Amino acid sequence: MSLRVMLIDQNRGRVAILEQALLDNGYEVVARSSVEEDLLQRISDVKPDVIIVDMESPDRDTLESMRTISRDQPRPIVMFAERSDRISIGEAVKAGVSAYVVDGMSPGRLNAIMEVAIARFREFQALRNELEETKSRLEDRKLIDKAKGILMKQRNMSEDEAFKVLRKMAMDRNIKLGEAARNVIIVAELLVGGS
Amino acid sequence: MENIPNSHGADVMALPEKSEVTLGIMALTDCAVLAVAKEKGFFARNGLEVSLSKEASWASIRDKVAVGELDGAQMLAGMPIVTTLGIAPLQVPMLTAFSLGLNGNAITIAEPLAEHMCRADPAAMASPISAAQALKKVIGDFDRKLVFAHVYPYSSHNYELRYWLAAAGIDPDEDVRLVVIPPAQMVSHLRDGTVDGYCVGEPWNGQAVRSGIGRTLFTSYDLWNNKPEKVFAVTQDWHERHPGTHQAMLVAMLQAAQWADRPDNRQELAEILCSRDYVDARLEVVISSLHGRLQALCRQPAGSLPDFNVFFRYAATFPWRSHAEWFVSQMYRWGQIGEAMNIRQIAERIYRPDLYRQAAAIAGVPCPQVDAKIEGSHESNWALDGIEMGRDLFFDGSVFDPDKVVAYIDRFEVNKLSVDMDALARANPASTAR
Repeated sequence: MSLRVMLIDQNRGRVAILEQALLDNGYEVVARSSVEEDLLQRISDVKPDVIIVDMESPDRDTLESMRTISRDQPRPIVMFAERSDRISIGEAVKAGVSAYVVDGMSPGRLNAIMEVAIARFREFQALRNELEETKSRLEDRKLIDKAKGILMKQRNMSEDEAFKVLRKMAMDRNIKLGEAARNVIIVAELLVGGS
Repeated sequence: MENIPNSHGADVMALPEKSEVTLGIMALTDCAVLAVAKEKGFFARNGLEVSLSKEASWASIRDKVAVGELDGAQMLAGMPIVTTLGIAPLQVPMLTAFSLGLNGNAITIAEPLAEHMCRADPAAMASPISAAQALKKVIGDFDRKLVFAHVYPYSSHNYELRYWLAAAGIDPDEDVRLVVIPPAQMVSHLRDGTVDGYCVGEPWNGQAVRSGIGRTLFTSYDLWNNKPEKVFAVTQDWHERHPGTHQAMLVAMLQAAQWADRPDNRQELAEILCSRDYVDARLEVVISSLHGRLQALCRQPAGSLPDFNVFFRYAATFPWRSHAEWFVSQMYRWGQIGEAMNIRQIAERIYRPDLYRQAAAIAGVPCPQVDAKIEGSHESNWALDGIEMGRDLFFDGSVFDPDKVVAYIDRFEVNKLSVDMDALARANPASTAR
């Protein structure tokens, strides 16, 4: 029988990626991304073997209380309880994922799931970083164009000269080109506002 | 035990081993000292560049401190104890040399339940005890178990709720159902009827009252005057590697706590705390809490409770060994610890007044010369080593003497003891006097 994995993650994109990866590896997946439903009830109904939780989910404290509640409830135990090597805990924490084993599933079987989860969480984080970098690069380019325009107009420069001025400014102050452009724009706006 | 503290007695400030640190906080008003230390420059003045990281759960705080993602954090007082003992999910030795404040919680129940209790007993709201007795009277009127929420199995909120219910003979594990719900979700659960009441910090009591969903019965102050709440904790390993950084943080927090406690700073404190970086709540809600303006049915006389949030006075920041011993006594009472251990040794290992005193000497702050005190014996303010101390009465009139901790654990009629009391007495030979 395949293991039932419950996913608790408010990030729909990440949940989807992880769910697919787990399905591909032959696990049965029950996802929950809404805070609206009663978590304790849901766990009782679904009876998962493992619960994978986003490290930033407020639901973790509720999960940790379940092991002390009662005999007829499923009893999730944080994965770390079964293991003593700190490095793997660190890896999971850094990737932003935590896991609970329900009713004494063997730790060995959890390792494989955790590897998939950690890898997907990392992948997702890398994608997000890349996206943010692209966004800020685009933003920078817009700022640089605007700053060049200001310099060309105010100081009667060519586009090439304006770019050189910006680049020198950035190098002299040891800041990014986008930052230098932002400064030029701010100064220009202050001057306009002040006149 | 290898970690029995030894005092160096030096007032010279050690150099920080690292100056950039990241500390974890929760979106609660008792992150005040850490927020002030950062926002008012006390960390910076002590050579530290501190980032505060707002965490979503106590579990996350524990894990991140345990693996070094966070250098230290605001924690539930029970957390460094259970994490050191390994009765929590993770075993990592932790310590605290600083308490983040006194009081601050309250118990709120659903409006219809409050009305039902008052119908059953017109004197229900005379005191916390009479309220618990009224609750016991009506508990059988429902075709289901009433549900009460708190925030974490080892939270003071859990112990407060249990202590109160048990005082009227209600067994918190049999007669009602206790659940854990994140603080920010409490009010909506009360509205939906999935819980009938809860014990939580502010603003989640005031919010239920203002929206007409619930009634606050009393505050945690009414259960135990000036009870300890959160602590600042690090791992023992981290402390050993960064004693100078730790000391600089303690000095900064002592300065911040004095600032936060001054009544004329409370407005600015509220402005800091209500921002998105901290509690993220409406300014007037935070101000009400900081001034202790709570509408609680069992509070006589009605009106504000200036000691609802105590950040410095009454030696509030001192890591009392006896506070740790009280928390351990509750863990035994409710079956969270089953093994017989020497309670004083646990407390001495985790609560470190020696580190506090060194920092206090540098900060020029007077501090108690004893590590423990008896709780439940002062009905008005009193003086200790020249420091004004607050009242410390329990609502049931009991006294907690850390020298008689085993007898104290033994005295509760409603309990879920899972330890062999004879073994516990043998493990605590000096603490069994009756």
